[in-house]
Amino acid sequence: MNTPLSWIKAYVPDLDCTDQEYTDAMTLTGTKVEGFERLDKNLDKIIVGKILKIEKHPDADKLLICQVQIDEEGQTVQIVTGAPNVAEGQKVPVVLAGGRVAGSHHTGAAEGGIEIKPGKLRGVESFGMMCSVDELGSSTDFYPDAAADGIYILSDNEEYKDAPVGSDAVELLGLHDTVFEYEITSNRVDCFGVIGIAREAAATFRKEFVPPVVTETGNDEKTSDYIQVEVKDPDLCPRYIARVVKNIHLAPSPEWMQRRLAACGIRPINNIVDITNYVMEEYAQPMHAFDYDLIAGKKIVVRRAEDNEPFVTLDGQERTMDSSMLMICDAEKAIGIAGVMGGENSKITDDVKTMVFEAACFNGTNIRLTSKKLGLATEAAAKFTKGLDPNTTMEAINRACQLIDELGAGEVIGGCVDIYPEPKGDTRVGFDADKINAMLGTDVSEEQMIAYFKKIDLGYDPETKEVIVPSWRQDLLRLADLAEEVARFYGYDKIPTTLPSGAATAGGLSFKGRIENIARDMAERFGFSEGYCYSFESPKVFDKLLLDENDPLRRTVSILNPLGEDYSVMRTLPVNGILTSLATNYNRRNKNVRLYELGNVYYPKALPVTELPDERKQFTLGFYGDGDFYDMKGVLEEFLEKVGMKDLVTYNPKAGKTFLHPGRQAEMIYDGAVIGYLGEVHPDVCENYGLGEKTYLAVLDMPEIVSRANFDVKYTGIARYPAVSRDLAMVMKKDILAGDVERVLRQRGGKLLESCVLFDVYEGAQIMTGYKSMAYSLTFRAKDHTLEDKEVGAVMQKILHGLSELGITLRA
Amino acid sequence: MSIKENLERIQSEALAQIGASEHVESLNDVRVSFLGKKGALTAVLKGMKDVAPEDRPKVGQMVNDARAAIEKAMEEKRQAFLSALKAEKIKNETIDVTLPAKKPAQGHRHPNTIALEEVERIFIGMGYEVVEGPEVEYDLYNFEKLNIPEGHPAKDEQDTFYINKNIVLRTQTSSVQARIMEKGELPIRIISPGRVFRSDEVDATHSPSFHQIEGLLIDKNITFADLKGTLAEFAKQLFGEETKVKFRPHHFPFTEPSAEMDVSCFKCGGKGCRFCKGSGWIEILGCGMVHPHVLEMCGIDPEVYNGFAFGVGLERIALLKYEIDDMRLLYENDIRFLKQF
Repeated sequence: MNTPLSWIKAYVPDLDCTDQEYTDAMTLTGTKVEGFERLDKNLDKIIVGKILKIEKHPDADKLLICQVQIDEEGQTVQIVTGAPNVAEGQKVPVVLAGGRVAGSHHTGAAEGGIEIKPGKLRGVESFGMMCSVDELGSSTDFYPDAAADGIYILSDNEEYKDAPVGSDAVELLGLHDTVFEYEITSNRVDCFGVIGIAREAAATFRKEFVPPVVTETGNDEKTSDYIQVEVKDPDLCPRYIARVVKNIHLAPSPEWMQRRLAACGIRPINNIVDITNYVMEEYAQPMHAFDYDLIAGKKIVVRRAEDNEPFVTLDGQERTMDSSMLMICDAEKAIGIAGVMGGENSKITDDVKTMVFEAACFNGTNIRLTSKKLGLATEAAAKFTKGLDPNTTMEAINRACQLIDELGAGEVIGGCVDIYPEPKGDTRVGFDADKINAMLGTDVSEEQMIAYFKKIDLGYDPETKEVIVPSWRQDLLRLADLAEEVARFYGYDKIPTTLPSGAATAGGLSFKGRIENIARDMAERFGFSEGYCYSFESPKVFDKLLLDENDPLRRTVSILNPLGEDYSVMRTLPVNGILTSLATNYNRRNKNVRLYELGNVYYPKALPVTELPDERKQFTLGFYGDGDFYDMKGVLEEFLEKVGMKDLVTYNPKAGKTFLHPGRQAEMIYDGAVIGYLGEVHPDVCENYGLGEKTYLAVLDMPEIVSRANFDVKYTGIARYPAVSRDLAMVMKKDILAGDVERVLRQRGGKLLESCVLFDVYEGAQIMTGYKSMAYSLTFRAKDHTLEDKEVGAVMQKILHGLSELGITLRA
Repeated sequence: MSIKENLERIQSEALAQIGASEHVESLNDVRVSFLGKKGALTAVLKGMKDVAPEDRPKVGQMVNDARAAIEKAMEEKRQAFLSALKAEKIKNETIDVTLPAKKPAQGHRHPNTIALEEVERIFIGMGYEVVEGPEVEYDLYNFEKLNIPEGHPAKDEQDTFYINKNIVLRTQTSSVQARIMEKGELPIRIISPGRVFRSDEVDATHSPSFHQIEGLLIDKNITFADLKGTLAEFAKQLFGEETKVKFRPHHFPFTEPSAEMDVSCFKCGGKGCRFCKGSGWIEILGCGMVHPHVLEMCGIDPEVYNGFAFGVGLERIALLKYEIDDMRLLYENDIRFLKQF
């Protein structure tokens, strides 16, 4: 919300501080100032001048030479202008040589403004410039009487025409002002209006708060003779006030009102519209005006819309309503969407004679939902959404009628029609200074606290020790709320700084957290860098990964209101993120890229979703460039060794992953449970991602790891007796896996087999087609004695026997 | 010529030849020609049979002395050769120490994780436990138990992604608060990092998915001053001992009083610069005393227990600490970016 300081000062007349002091102090008491802008920051030496004489430029058709009077004594300067709208006798803003303007008529505002120097235009000297509104840093939007293309002719404006020559034009135009931008929190509905902010400013600077004195204006007639109101749905409309204004005289509103609105970023239109906007800025209470002559039956009915009821809003759009939305109707038809926008059929036109003025309090949530469903975000709806105070409603409409009267915009009919079935009064909150001090860690006296409350118009009942809270402070409900009021006026900065006492707690990472850190450390040791990928992705990912149409992984937790299809389902596979990131790197010609991620996948427990999904953290690794399947396998095994899961891992080549190469993938099985998988990415999938190199992936399911990891290591003693080595060269069918061979070696080798290390795999000449040769180096050792040849020979026999069962023979 | 004279001649000749040797090989030649089987000294020994038996020990002694002298000279010479050789070799082994180092290609942690570990380290030091909560969460924990009932404006402000009427993608790690408090194990000191979601379009400062770290302390006799002290200590440890903090009133539905904390700009030290938009301060987190109604909803008596909570944006810390100017970099995973951390 933007508000000029001049408007605040109107209600805190003694306020005297710099813009920065205001910013800092208001922010520290809770009315956060986001920033401020001085309207005159780039305006200097700009005065009211009077054009005395105009001559044609001898050498340029479009230029004029003006003699301009710049002070009351009659001193003149010569100014050459190209403006089409100047005439002798006019008063205009003149920037003198050495002064500054905010921008140029052609190119708009310039950073730091533009300095005006004396110069020559086509050989004729010029000592300044006559200004357009753009050069003054504004626009015709905010100065509707200024020429759209030319100099701002001040003497055409009734309020400016008598300004003395030589006087400060920036002052005249109300530009010696600073606009502050506030961030108002949702609990402070009152501060969405100037009055609320002014009250806070007065309390912050300990100055007197002088709000506008609102009187109930009106003639001798009775509003109820003009209009009836019926509220059929009081749950959505706690209060509805109607007043009537006749003999409307539309005209521009006075400059002071226009200037304040303009500073808030609101375009002045005419007196009636401006007054409505002005009061909305002051009290945060939106109002709406209907053309009385267009209201059938002279009756207003507030009711829920019918489902599919069509309605044309005043912007000419037809909209479809539903029964959750509240409508303002006359005896026959709807004439407005409550709190959001009026109807085309009842809007004020230039011919309006009599109008009905509506000030109401609508249910904030309902207005929010209506506005959202219709995609119609109006200023009024934004205000109602906050949940307005029904008691401010009366003050606001009376203020508006008072202004109509004062500005001669029409004749206000006496009284009002006020439907307010359940009036809200003040509330009371128990007060206990000791408890507040205990909450804050302070030592503020009870008297001081009560003084703080008084400054923001909270009452105090010493009998009952209760703070009396007016209805516009709906946020003050209990002692903790009062503690905050004390804290902010005592000063958050003055509250001491201590550390919590109380029992010591152990703290630390969870076991799961430790395992994840090890995963990170190991991945990084092998050159993988950590990526972060989104948790939601497109359902098209499943096609990219060649998943079967009935694959259960296609059953996802889907977002009802996603940012788009690309972010619409919670991932059930972690590989798309890594593949996409690898592809990004590949496209950018980064070589040898290795990435990993620790992130969740989300498995629905049932569809449609009725309970929280199973969130499983996945440790995903991917790379392209140097390395192959076995490098990836090595990383996984090193990790498993670090978390105490070295021994029981086996690999099943039938992992069934569609996105991996059918002959180069494996499930990792630990003690019978699948803990993850790895493989080379299927060439078609590489193509789908635009990956032009062989790419490898591995995924470990962290819950499976965490439940099995352990750090219990027991020392086993260092071998003292010598080892015996035997090499074993074998021939076997190609489809026999090293894992199968090793299983036989281990089983048959028993306790004496210390290790078996593959040192050669060969296919080709000398070996039958369909067969391969594998060579292992076996090491035998006994714990308690030196092995004899006999013993080793016996074990070797067992091994050979086992191998022959698999059809494996020794290589000749 | 007496044997003695002969021995003296052999010895001096041998010493002369040793002295004149230029390398280890010629020294060997000397050994052969004097001490070898057919060498001069050996010849003397062979002639022993002609010496009178009573003189033999004396002559033997003389021969041994001569041999010892020659061997000693030879060994000294050999050592001299070896050390010269070694010196020469070392001299030739000089390398260019400024050539590139050989490093195993280590990977890098994501800046988010580095920032998170930093924050975790600080709070673990203060006795906080690190816990996690679900990312897909019941509306109950994300909103209702945080004092944000149906229709509350804060609910709309947070641009929530919905799975259904009751289940959302959590918009804040504060959702973990109620889950922890409900367990009723008091006192509580936890931090809870994690992923949160809001329907913001991706741009340089927004992402629909980002990370927060929630902190919660519940105990007896906790004050707002304790909150200030804890977070001031956190800021000092994270941004440096010189860091100053400023608390500003703010509003969160689940804390009262509430505050936002600024830290003095660590770029300019608070003088004002482009980094802090001239203010000298940088907004870093939201915090407050846990709202008594939130405690009540979790079955904790606010008359006995109270506490404070805070929430830090992880990306915000990472962006500030590493001066990253575009949030999108954090999710692209370009290796040239990741390598820098």
